[in-house]
This record gives sequence, C-alpha cells and structure tokens, in this order.
Amino acid sequence: MTESLSATEPALAATSAYLVESLPELWFGLVVATFGVYLLLDGFDFGVGVLFAEADETDRRQFLAAFGPLWKANEVWLVLFGTVLFAGFPAAYAAILGRYYLAVFALLLALGLRGLGSKFRGERDDERWVRFWDRCFVVGSAAAPFLLGAFAASWALGEPSVIAVVPLLAGAATVALVTALGAAFLCVKLESPIRDRLVRRGRAATAGYVALGTVTLVASVIRYPALRSEIQSVPMGGLCIGTIACAGIAVAAATGNRYRWFAVATAGLAVAFAAFIGVLLYPAIDPATGTTIADAVAAPLSLNLTTGFAVVFLPLIGSYFVVLYSLFDDPASDSGQYQHG
Amino acid sequence: MASRIQFGWTITVHILFASLSIGLAPFLVYVTVQEVRTGDQRYARLREFWTKVFGVGFVMGTVTGIPMGFMFGTNFGSFSTTVGELLGGPLSFEVKMAFFLEAVSLGVLLFGRERVSDRFYVLSSVLVGVGAWLSAFWVLVVNSWMQTPRGYEIVTEGGTSVARLTDPVAAFFNPRFPWMYVHMQNASIIAVTLLVAGVAAYFVRTNRESDAWRTALRLAVVVLLVTSAFQAVHGDAYGRHVADTQPHKFAAMEAHYETGQADLHLVAIPTDPEAITDPRAENLYTISIPHAASFLASGGDPTTEVTGLDDFEFESPPVAIVFWSFRLMVGLGFWFIALGAWGTYRYWRGDLAEADRYLQVLTASAPLGFVALLTGWYVTEIGRQPWLVQGVLRTAEGVSPSLTSTEATLTLLGFVVGYLGLLAAFLLVCKGFVDEERDRCGVGDRDDTDGTTDGRPREVTADD
Repeated sequence: MTESLSATEPALAATSAYLVESLPELWFGLVVATFGVYLLLDGFDFGVGVLFAEADETDRRQFLAAFGPLWKANEVWLVLFGTVLFAGFPAAYAAILGRYYLAVFALLLALGLRGLGSKFRGERDDERWVRFWDRCFVVGSAAAPFLLGAFAASWALGEPSVIAVVPLLAGAATVALVTALGAAFLCVKLESPIRDRLVRRGRAATAGYVALGTVTLVASVIRYPALRSEIQSVPMGGLCIGTIACAGIAVAAATGNRYRWFAVATAGLAVAFAAFIGVLLYPAIDPATGTTIADAVAAPLSLNLTTGFAVVFLPLIGSYFVVLYSLFDDPASDSGQYQHG
Repeated sequence: MASRIQFGWTITVHILFASLSIGLAPFLVYVTVQEVRTGDQRYARLREFWTKVFGVGFVMGTVTGIPMGFMFGTNFGSFSTTVGELLGGPLSFEVKMAFFLEAVSLGVLLFGRERVSDRFYVLSSVLVGVGAWLSAFWVLVVNSWMQTPRGYEIVTEGGTSVARLTDPVAAFFNPRFPWMYVHMQNASIIAVTLLVAGVAAYFVRTNRESDAWRTALRLAVVVLLVTSAFQAVHGDAYGRHVADTQPHKFAAMEAHYETGQADLHLVAIPTDPEAITDPRAENLYTISIPHAASFLASGGDPTTEVTGLDDFEFESPPVAIVFWSFRLMVGLGFWFIALGAWGTYRYWRGDLAEADRYLQVLTASAPLGFVALLTGWYVTEIGRQPWLVQGVLRTAEGVSPSLTSTEATLTLLGFVVGYLGLLAAFLLVCKGFVDEERDRCGVGDRDDTDGTTDGRPREVTADD
C-alpha cells in the first residue's frame, strides 16, 4: 500500500499543488458519478435486453429499433469510469481490477455478448442464426448488470470476492433495477399495446428492487459488523428514503401512464444506487486494503492536467448526448430503422 | 506469460478493427461528401455498403477494445501502478475526446440518414473520422511513450518506484510519437485501400458495368500507389530513428549479433530449419547489400558501427519473430507499390476494368494490408522486449502480483476461443454483405446511376 509523499521529497510536494485543495475528493466524486451515469444509461439498455426475453418477434424489432442508435454511446461511460479511476487513482485501479479479475472479465464477456447479439441478429436471414444471437443478447443483458452490481458491492464493502452473500444479493437487486429502467425507457420510446405489459413488468421490477435492496442492506449489517455504523449513518438513511420515494413515484407514474415521470423516477433509483456505493466507499477508494483517497490519488501535475481536459470535455460530451437523444426522440417503429444497425 | 500472450492476442484482433475504422473513415467521408455534393447514386451505394461494414467493424472494435483498457489493471497491475500517472491521463483523454464523439456520431451515421439534413449527415461522417483518428492519437501517445519515454521522473512513493509526470508536452510528444502516428495511420489507410480495391475488383469482375464499383476501384488503385510509396519513403526514415533510439530493436530487425558494420538483407531464405527460429547470417541464404544497414542507420555513412545484439547489457528480444515479421512487412510493402503502379498504369491505359488477371490478384491481395500492419506492429512491440517501458520497466515486472496463473490461463483460453468465434462471425456477416451486393450487381445487369455506358469500357476522369 502506498502512502502519500514520503519525507524524502518535500521539495516536490512544495513545488506543485492541486488546482483546488479538494481536487482529490472531487475526483472521487467524478469516479462515483461516471459509475452512476453508466449504470443509468446502460441500465436502460440492459433492461431492454432482459425484457427482450419474453417479447415476440414484432416487439423485438421495436425494442431494437429503440435501442439501436443509443447503446454504443451509453457503453462508453463504462470505459470512461475505468479511465477516470485509472487517471485519478492509478494504484487503486490496479488493485481493484486485479482483485476481481474473473468478475471483471465475466462482465466484459457479458457486454460483448450483449453488443454482438443485438448487432448480429439482424445481419443474416437465418432462423438459427437469429435465435443464437437473441440468446446471447438476453444472457449478456442480464448477466452484465448482475456482475456490475456484485462488483460494485464487493468493492464498496471491501469484500475480497464477488462470490459472497451480499454481493450476490446486490447483483440480483441490480438486475431488478435495470428491468425497471428498461421498462420505463421502452414505455417512453414505443407507442404500442405492449406498453401495458411493460408497465406491469416495470412496477413489479421496482418493487422487487426495493425488496432485494432492503435484504441486501440487512444482510450487510449482519455480515459486516465493522461497517454497522457506516451503514446506519445519516447519508445512508437519506438515500434509503430517497430510494423509497423514487420507487413510489415510479409505480404511481407507471400506473397513471405518465411514462416520462416513470423514467425519471427509475433514473432516480439508479442515481441513488451509485450514491450508496460512494457513501460506503468514502473516505477510502479501496476499502479492502484500507487505501484512502489521499493515499491513492495521482500527483498534482497529472491530476490538474486531466482535470483541465475533464472541464472542457465533459460538458461537450453532455451536449453530444442531448443531441443524440433528441435526434432519436420520437417513438421508434420497427419499420426501416433497424435495417442497417 | 499467459498475461502477455493474452494481451498480444487481444490486441492483434483489436488492432484489425481499430485500423479498419481509421482507414475506412476518410473513405466514408469522401463518398458521403460526394453523395451529398453531386447527388450521384454511385456514391450513395458505396456509402451504404461501407457504412454497414464500418458499423459492424466498430462494434467489433468496441467489444475487443474495452477489455484492453481494463487489462492494464487486471493483468499488468504493477505497470499501472508504476506508470499510471502518466498513462491514465492520455487514456482518459482518448475516451473523453474521441470515443464518445465516435460512438455518438456513428449512431447518427447508421440510423440518421433520413432524419437529419445533408449537411448534418456529412458532419456526422466527418466526426466519426475525427473520433477514430483522435482515438488513435492518444493510444499512440501512450504506446510511443513506452518506446521513448520522456517528461517524467522516477520517485519513490511508500517504497514503490513510480514514474511521475514532469512535462506533459515532452511526454506526449515524445520523439517516437510523430513517426509512429504517421506510419500507423498510413498503414491503416493502405490496409483498407487494399480491402476496398479487392472487393471492388470482385464486383467489377461480376459486373463490368457497375459504375459504383468501377469508381471505387479507380480511386483505390491510385490511393494505393500514393500511400504505399509514401510508406516506403517514410518507413526508411523511421528505421533510422529506431536505430538511434532503440538500437537493440534495429539489431533484431536485421538479426545483427556482433557489433560492427552491418549488412542489409534484402532477401533472406532459410538454408537450415533452425534459421526459422534462430535467424543468423550463417544459416540464411541472403541477398544482401554490404554495409547498407550501417548506411541506413546513420543516414548515409556505410562504415558506421551498428551495435550487435550480443553487446547489449540486457537480453535480446525474440529475434526470430522480429526478423521475419520485418521481412514480411517490407516485402508486402513493395508488393503493394507494385500493385498500385500496375493498377494505375492500366487505369491510365484505360482498360482497368478489363484487366482480368490483375483484378483477380487484387482480390487475392485484399487481406494482405492487414497482414503487413500486424507484422509491423509485432516488430514494434516485440522488438521492444525485454522492456515494457524502454529503459524503465521490464515486462516481467509489470504483471499483477496477485494474479494466479490459473486465472490468467483461464481468461487467455476464453479470449482465444471467443475472439476466434468473433472473427468467424464477422467474416460470415461480411460475406453476407458481399453476397447481397453481388446479387444486386447481377451479371450483365447494369446498376442504377448516371448510366451513359454503351457496353464498352468507358473511362471517366476519376471521381470529378
């Protein structure tokens, strides 16, 4: 484990400083935020994949038409999360990814299956080919959020393996969360009779998420007595209340056919999930080894430089997404749109 | 070792798709601009076909590229810890500046033809290209820094040595970077040009009257001649730079063991099976120019001493791979110049579309650009060994300490099987595109377009 600047280089510490004193904390916030944006945006896509399992061929085409232009851009947020962690906290990046080695690769495999499944199914007119890639798409879309949730929980709790009770519960909760997100997304994007079924699925998934989330938290208190005070802290309580409020709004909005509110409320659930991870982590960046933000943060010059880039480019990236989502804002149809996907 | 093979294998597959994007992007911009400017259906047709290929290639590039970024952490943890402060930045710039731009613009390019104005559509194709090229920019900043590291100092942090950035400009624009960027981007263009030429030649042989594909063919052979000739001239100068900055790599490229004046082997044929794994002057039949390697390394002085592999303080890179890869790359490079020259000559004579044997050869050569590109990459990366970062970190020291060989072997196996499956699926999909297009071409059946053909091969000046 590294320590902050050792006594032998006081000169270096004196010659350069962070742009603002709290820059390391801001970068920690950025790591958590990029994770949250990724979970939210790709959560829509994962949910589409999960709901794809029980859809018929017409529905499937519509689902993919809604999802086609967006998912690649959404997935880039995962890469951004990885590189923000790498640039801000290189030592922690190596330690965390090395520890959850197989889980990380399983996640990448699931993402690969999801991406290829959606892309390849439409490229050949062959029943077996289509079925095969459909299966890849569904399995990848369900496994990816499960692994993502399990990974995030292990990381935040300092659990050395994802194969443990709480991470597995968190993974299951994440699958419920993305199902709700996907249902809300499709309700906004599609105008068709299947909306009724999507509303039912979305409500059930929201309730399932709250139930599984509660079990996860209770199990954490039992399994990690050392973290009990942290889990029962004020911010955690606030997030629990926020989650329940969002879930209530989501169910009510879905029932009242107010689909945009349904989407906004489920998005709130995803944001709260990322915030749970952030609160549990802070002030450590890697609780398993006790490495804190101050221990692992990159040196001032490197961090200042990447901060400069982030200040310029993050708003620009935000504008890309506004353009992209508004361009493909109207309801998707199955005709024509997915021909060249 | 499993980690290294895994990284090598995954980057081999990834680089194919990365360079497909890099090389195809300018071509797509060109046909999209022409389509919008002239309204000519030829270009719309080419744009539709190659955008499909680009779309699938991009997904493949993403699927194979995301693991690369994470592998720095999972498999090369010590590397990430030591040089992360230098390399994490550029990699995150790549995502922020390039990757988002490319992914978002591609959504518009693939799905938005009917939704956006012509101008916006052209812009999206340009932005896809800019994204692909910026992406390569930052990746090669990282890679060239590993070849010629600058702008850093080594400090001890809690008992671990780490490289700390002191001068970002010196680090990012290190001496190798401009060489590598030009060489790599041009190699990608050559590879894609050959692919376009080979595919176009195939369709032209199916239907001599296909205006769209004759246009593509003419364009491709001329571009091929220009870019491959440039690559040879530039590559020669690049070699000199390598000799200056990484003499052990230069020595391995020529299998030069003993310090002294070095010959350049133009042609090398093994006279002994051992030469394949251990090439040395003794077991090769070579056609060589005496002292030419000295001449090249020094930029004109044939008596210059070139340090031999036996005289470095560290062990040699795997000479056989570097030596033979380099021969293959250079040989293919000259073959491409010949192909470009032959095609341009037939074009100039006005019977390119009738040159049956030439078109067959062109189709057969379609994948060779990618072979040359990969062998060149092997020379660069394997020739750097035993260093991971030249003079700073050895590859063996870069691997994650916590990683068990079972885990690494397991994922290696997964990547080998998975990526082979991916390549097969990709080729199958592309075969589908080609079959579909061939049916559209139909023998003797003239395709749409500006049609003033009178059954005779007709030469128009290349693409306006």
